[in-house]
Amino acid sequence: MDWVYLIEVLVGGLMSGVMYSLVAIGFVLIYKSSGIFNFAQGTMLLFASLTFVKMTENGIDFWTSLFIAAGIMVIFGIATERYVIRPLANQDLLALFMATVGLATFQEGFSQFVWDSDVHGLQMSKFLDIGLLDPAPIFMSDHIPWLDILIPKFDIFASLVAGSLIVVLAFFFQKTKTGLSLRAVSDDHMAAMAVGIPLQTVWAVVWAVTGVIALVAGLLWAERVSVSFTLIEAVMKALPVILIGGLTSIPGAIVGGLVIGVGEKLGEIYLADVFGGQGIELWFAYFMALIFLIFRPQGMFGEKLIERV
Amino acid sequence: MIYRETGNFVTNYFKDREIFPLKFDKIIVILGLLILYLYVPTTSEYTLSAHVIPILAVGLATVGLNILTGLTGQLSLGTAGFMCVGAFSTYNLMLRMPEALMSLPVALLFSGIFAGLVGIIFGLPAIRIKGFYLLVSTLAAQYFVWWFFNSYAWFLNYESSGVVAIPPKMYDYWGLGNLLGVDMQGYPARYVLALTVCLALTYFAKNLLRSNTGRNFMSVRDRDIAASVMGISVPRTKLLAFFVSCFYCGVAGGIYSFLYIGNVDLMIYEIDRSFTILFMLIIGGLGSISGSWLGAIFVYEFPIVFTWIGDTIFKGAFNTAVVENVSNMVYGIFIIALLIREPGGFAALWATTKQKLRMWPYPH
Repeated sequence: MDWVYLIEVLVGGLMSGVMYSLVAIGFVLIYKSSGIFNFAQGTMLLFASLTFVKMTENGIDFWTSLFIAAGIMVIFGIATERYVIRPLANQDLLALFMATVGLATFQEGFSQFVWDSDVHGLQMSKFLDIGLLDPAPIFMSDHIPWLDILIPKFDIFASLVAGSLIVVLAFFFQKTKTGLSLRAVSDDHMAAMAVGIPLQTVWAVVWAVTGVIALVAGLLWAERVSVSFTLIEAVMKALPVILIGGLTSIPGAIVGGLVIGVGEKLGEIYLADVFGGQGIELWFAYFMALIFLIFRPQGMFGEKLIERV
Repeated sequence: MIYRETGNFVTNYFKDREIFPLKFDKIIVILGLLILYLYVPTTSEYTLSAHVIPILAVGLATVGLNILTGLTGQLSLGTAGFMCVGAFSTYNLMLRMPEALMSLPVALLFSGIFAGLVGIIFGLPAIRIKGFYLLVSTLAAQYFVWWFFNSYAWFLNYESSGVVAIPPKMYDYWGLGNLLGVDMQGYPARYVLALTVCLALTYFAKNLLRSNTGRNFMSVRDRDIAASVMGISVPRTKLLAFFVSCFYCGVAGGIYSFLYIGNVDLMIYEIDRSFTILFMLIIGGLGSISGSWLGAIFVYEFPIVFTWIGDTIFKGAFNTAVVENVSNMVYGIFIIALLIREPGGFAALWATTKQKLRMWPYPH
């Protein structure tokens, strides 16, 4: 057994897990606050990053494009709440899920109609002069003598961004008044309304925040895989993550992401031969989630459902 | 009005259980059947191959999904995967079984059973997992089945291109074509077979809905704990729903590959198709069999009509990518609008229209 190789694999898995978590957080925010399974998360990623990339390609500088793209996502989130979620309030959860699938279809057409359907590369190192965006990997042995592994610098950058995003979210949820009302709404809609929390405003805030998260996640994903139609598939990658973590838990989304990331990498190395074929990563994450859920149907940190007749 | 609901008196229990209790409905159904069997096969080959047969195939899959999602309340995104199982097992049964035993209708039946068994395997987690968490099981089915047939070339008879054309001798039906002097590989004959299978299975589904089993399905959907308190075995009911639903999807897959496109191709059973079929179900109306067919027709024809409008009215002023994107936008807006205005889909819309007609011209 080659331990260094194993550690390298584990680190790689953790890093790709971070990418899954970023998408999963957006999911969890919306599910927690309104019980909606937001399938449009993937197209939000596409729309946000496409908006950003097209603006930078037209010569607008990095920060301005970032702010404009974030602004567009906020407007989009508020509009979604106003025109899709609000009229559908109190509907069957399946209808709401289908509405988000409809939203995804719309957004898929819309973003490619407004911008274009080409594949765009994104290199943030062109705009930001941070050492971490340098494409060359870090040799850990330069810093820690006995650890002879390679880590792509961008992965560290992505993890830092994800980490700070989580800190910001935690602060927002725990310390601000809006965060308090968000938590109240996610606990119990009716009770929250009864004490005078404006449900619709809260939902609008959630969708807007999710839009901004989609922008951040979209940019990081785009740097890795490029901005194109395939970004939509990020949503399929994030599904097992949130299901393992539990649909209602942000820590769950992160831990779930890491578990899936590591598990996928390990599975690729140790199980691919057993199944005699390539591409087991296509379904491996789902099987992991499935086996996990059979033992814990609410996911890792999901709320235990107590059912009464 | 000719359409009368009054004056129909039920005098025995057999009459009480009729699917079409009204005389007018019976006439409509018989006329419809005559049109479907006598007129439609004589329309152009293009109509049959590009519109009618694919709608029959996806509509049957929608009915299957309806049994699982609409009746039993188990959300599934694995429809295309189960269709894939059906298509591949039809092909392999036809290929590997002795010709005297296998003919396309028999192979369709058995491939439906195979797909149903696969459905039971992936339905097992449903005993423990509920709601959106169950998505993981059906998605696992979708991706695993796809990967499985992609990785093991045996199922495609070692065809390296990944697509295998169906040999003409598989449309032989024990020499029935020669006997009747009909080209069994031609689209009219394919259509008649597809139509017969679809009608028979739709009739079965309609009756299932009204039977004890169907009521068990619905009670599990509405409240599974209450159902178990009433003595309904929830695991058994859920697995049965998975079996029946996947049986339908398997047969639909066989029809899609054999009677519509004429080759077995993995690419058409990707996850997108599962979503399309879910759309058909939602637009048609959950829990309604006729709604499933309406939804299938609408969703299948929508992009075709839209492209046609783009081509003829705007004379190709926009390129296909633009038309496709606008089509997606309109489609997305339409779904959201329909869900807001009429969450019950076309089936509910039809019921409302019927009620309004009944009252016409007095609204109250």
